[in-house]
Amino acid sequence: MSGGHRSYDVIVIGAGSVGVPAAYFLAKSGLEVLVIDRYASVGQGANKAAIGGVRATHSDTAKIRLGLKSIEILSNWQDRHGDNIEWHTGGYTFVAYGDREEQTLKSLLAVQQSHGLNIDWLDREPLLEAVPALEPRGLLGGTLSPEDGNASPLLALHAFYAHARRHGATFRFGETVTGIAVENGRVGGVQTDRDRYSAPVVINAAGAHARHIAALAEIDVPVTPDAHEGGVTEPVARFLEPMVVDIRPRKGSANFYFYQHHTGQVVFCITPSPPIVGTDRRETSSFLPMVARRMIEVMPRLMNLKVRRTWRGLYPMTPDGAPVVGWVREVEGFVQAAGMCGQGFMLGPGLGSYLARLVQDELSAEDREVFDLLSPYRAFESAEQLR
Amino acid sequence: MSDTERGTRRIVSHPILSAPDRETIAFTWKGEPLTAQRGECISSALFANGVHVFGHHHKDHSPQGIFCANGQCAQCMVVADGLAVKACMETVRPGMDVAPLDSLPELPETPHDGVFDDIEERAVECLIIGGGPAGLAAAIELGKLGVEVLLVDDKDRLGGKLVLQTHKFFGSVDEVHAGTRGIDIATLLAQEVAQHPSVECWPGTNAVAVYSDRKVGLVRDGRDYVLVRPQTLLIAAGAREKSLTFRGNTLPGVYGAGAFQTLVNRDLVRPAKRLFIVGGGNVGLIAGYHALQAGIEVAGLVEALSECGGYKVHKDKLVRMGVPIHNRHTVLSANGDAHVESVTIAAIDDGWEVIPGTEKSFACDTVLVAVGLDSCSEFYHKARTFGMKTFSAGDAAEIAEASAAIFSGKIQGHKIAGSLGHEVPDIPEAWSRIEEILKSKPGTVEPEHRPEKSDGVSVVFHCEQEIPCNPCTSVCPQQAISTGDDIRGRPTFIGDELGVACNGCTKCVTICPGLAITLVDYRKDEDYPTISLAHEFPKDDIQAGDVVNVLDTEGAPLGQAEIAKVASGKKMDRTLLLRIKAPRAIATRIAGIQVQKPEAAEPMARYVSRMTDDTVVCRCERVTAGEIRDLIHQGMRDVNEIKTVTRTGMGACGAKTCGSLVDFLFRQEGVPLDERTPNVPRPLFVEVPLGVFSGLHKER
Repeated sequence: MSGGHRSYDVIVIGAGSVGVPAAYFLAKSGLEVLVIDRYASVGQGANKAAIGGVRATHSDTAKIRLGLKSIEILSNWQDRHGDNIEWHTGGYTFVAYGDREEQTLKSLLAVQQSHGLNIDWLDREPLLEAVPALEPRGLLGGTLSPEDGNASPLLALHAFYAHARRHGATFRFGETVTGIAVENGRVGGVQTDRDRYSAPVVINAAGAHARHIAALAEIDVPVTPDAHEGGVTEPVARFLEPMVVDIRPRKGSANFYFYQHHTGQVVFCITPSPPIVGTDRRETSSFLPMVARRMIEVMPRLMNLKVRRTWRGLYPMTPDGAPVVGWVREVEGFVQAAGMCGQGFMLGPGLGSYLARLVQDELSAEDREVFDLLSPYRAFESAEQLR
Repeated sequence: MSDTERGTRRIVSHPILSAPDRETIAFTWKGEPLTAQRGECISSALFANGVHVFGHHHKDHSPQGIFCANGQCAQCMVVADGLAVKACMETVRPGMDVAPLDSLPELPETPHDGVFDDIEERAVECLIIGGGPAGLAAAIELGKLGVEVLLVDDKDRLGGKLVLQTHKFFGSVDEVHAGTRGIDIATLLAQEVAQHPSVECWPGTNAVAVYSDRKVGLVRDGRDYVLVRPQTLLIAAGAREKSLTFRGNTLPGVYGAGAFQTLVNRDLVRPAKRLFIVGGGNVGLIAGYHALQAGIEVAGLVEALSECGGYKVHKDKLVRMGVPIHNRHTVLSANGDAHVESVTIAAIDDGWEVIPGTEKSFACDTVLVAVGLDSCSEFYHKARTFGMKTFSAGDAAEIAEASAAIFSGKIQGHKIAGSLGHEVPDIPEAWSRIEEILKSKPGTVEPEHRPEKSDGVSVVFHCEQEIPCNPCTSVCPQQAISTGDDIRGRPTFIGDELGVACNGCTKCVTICPGLAITLVDYRKDEDYPTISLAHEFPKDDIQAGDVVNVLDTEGAPLGQAEIAKVASGKKMDRTLLLRIKAPRAIATRIAGIQVQKPEAAEPMARYVSRMTDDTVVCRCERVTAGEIRDLIHQGMRDVNEIKTVTRTGMGACGAKTCGSLVDFLFRQEGVPLDERTPNVPRPLFVEVPLGVFSGLHKER
């Protein structure tokens, strides 16, 4: 790549949940950043399909640290920057209606608490006190982590976008990346269907399309998208604080979850089982009956709540359920920030701050620990217990 | 409120419709005991009790009331027995406790004591969405050919908007029941459908989504969710009314002409005392006529163009009744605090800019918006994307008259049967020509021809514009009326060529949908002939001996005349025949009598200037034109992004109302529509409770 095209310090591919916060932190630290996205505006891929939950109560160190950082950023955003991103510290509850779920949840508490996370097991009665709308019949108890929360993915991403631009980041929408320039083992820039741009660092934050983008640099990243459907209801007065997660497997579905958003609307999503692999974002007829039944089983009063809209989004899955993040060895300057496994919105803000330090070579020892765990060259052996 | 006042809010005397004899039941509003009629919806019960403000928006506390009267928006939400419901869709029950919705509703605690049934699935050769003229006509054709059909419609009564139409229809008598009233065509079509055993009809059934696995989600009676796998799909879902932005456009009392017809002609409530109409297409013109028939004053009608877009006979009918049409005017504001109290209009110049100093206000309690229709084509596009064999007919395909919709349904029915491999005779070539004729826009206007002879009986056609309509030619026992080669021609009397004279039977006078034919009978008195004209107002309001103002075709006064006779008869189908004696000089010019007193249309002494922050574009989420314009100025071109930032289109109606208004703002700001990325449509078409999708039923 040579000639008169624009040069940047960093090019981010993908203006979504990962790329935009990364651009914000990079631009804020003084780098010249270009973000390229194939859609017409910010967040039109998986971000707009995210339901908005943000938790730190994962079961592995890397995601716990990224989650904590995301919560710190999102929960303070309005105070620091003024934009209302509809953050609500409502917590998360993983409910147990069976012994197996109780055992699974309790077994994770130790590692979660060892990271200082505010999460505990509540028996049936105290849990019903905290979440009175739960179906009491058959309820054994559940975990409650009151410091987790939720925000509007659309508004949050838009806030990152506005502030990234304020710090000088450039965004190119409606442009599809068609090539990654690599010379002598170094990345040189990006070719799109409209133009060429050069930069010594290229970050692959292309979500469901990350494998395709990596392949343009002749690198493989083990990211396979599958489809999940979500929905939103009419708004009602607040009756529910935490995100409710039910991890029981059922015919046709694994876990499902829902919470009441800042606007009063209930937002919900279900994990199909077996997974529906592919990039088809068109709505299906099986989603609503399946999710509606499960939601009413866990919270009967939802039966009268009217569904307003449904959609389908893509989870960029990895073999072990954890993101793939870091420099690649084959092409110098190429960074993977891919495979968020449906948690791009909750991990993205935290990850953005980590990526800015990675690119500027300012990693602390703790940061390195996180990048080691998310390394593209890890073994991908153990599957995560709680997704 | 006095009992008489209460009484005036229900229509008990109507020239065409008869008030049903229904049981009176008791309910409460804000704890106050009120009465309703069994079977009516909450909104009509409230209107009949003079309640027009149903609640306040939770965001800005703006008053909310009826808007679509069609279950499509959520402006009319009330809390009924603890549950937030759409007042226009929910039937009032004895003892029901109804309260305004002034903030976000509470979700009631409901224990779940039912069982989950599997969602019913069924396969069908053809699913028709929409039981209006197009859907019914298609079902009839498919039924004749023995095709298995499921026809669904969200209303309890089949016929679509035909059931709201009290006037006689235009079009062709042979093909589409012209000359018959819309309400009666609905019944005829529904009866014909019922004769075909292969056609099943599900009224009260909402189609809520088309899915990529080629199933269509239906909600039956608001309770049962059914998934249908159709081999072919016909979208005959009609059209929705376009909206308009102006100051005060979301005040209770501003709503669509279609919503008005629902309240008046279906529910027989009188929602207004005096109204003002925005838009001079057929919908607005007809709504004005329906208002007058229901005893509601019409203060006027504004139309931005120099001529009304609707049929001239409709416009003439309205001006003859005493309703002024303000061409080249626009609406500036609807004024009032909690409800419309007046409307302000102004003249516009060639660039459509308001001419200062021309502002006028009219006292009224209702503003009807009738600025055109948009096809309900969402399902059509979705289903095509999903690779389903999909057809569309009627307004869902192209906005036109109901007569054209009937014919397009018929043709599509044939095509569907053929596509399913049924033995189908070829579609006669004439059919598509007839469809084209019925769809055609009104043609040229020629000055009225007034016969000069002064013996015998003269037929006068106050029908100056080419429109597809021929009932007069088919009822003449002498076959002495002709529209030429094409039913779009203007009718003429051809008796002289045939050597027959008009016998004065008046059949053409009473069948004419435009009330645009008069007979002038010189046989008894050459200088003071008798004029016969059709009249569609309550019989009790007019009698022989009354002195009335007679008007020409365009409503210009011709003086006074005495009613000699008021005739009615079964064959005249509720139309009254007035016989008026008038001097020969004006006899052929008389086209009607003034119905409305001139005071009703007088402008107010001073015009009302309404100062509000800005005009609301997205009424569900209360987003103003100013907010959206700012974003367009900032460079936003993706409607999805505007939606993200402002919530425009995220409300209950799903951008059905604001979608075209946002596009209008883009155009106003000089952004061509191909530069903007449109909103991505998502299911559901209307909101549906989770309980319905779950298959939950009370334990049996």
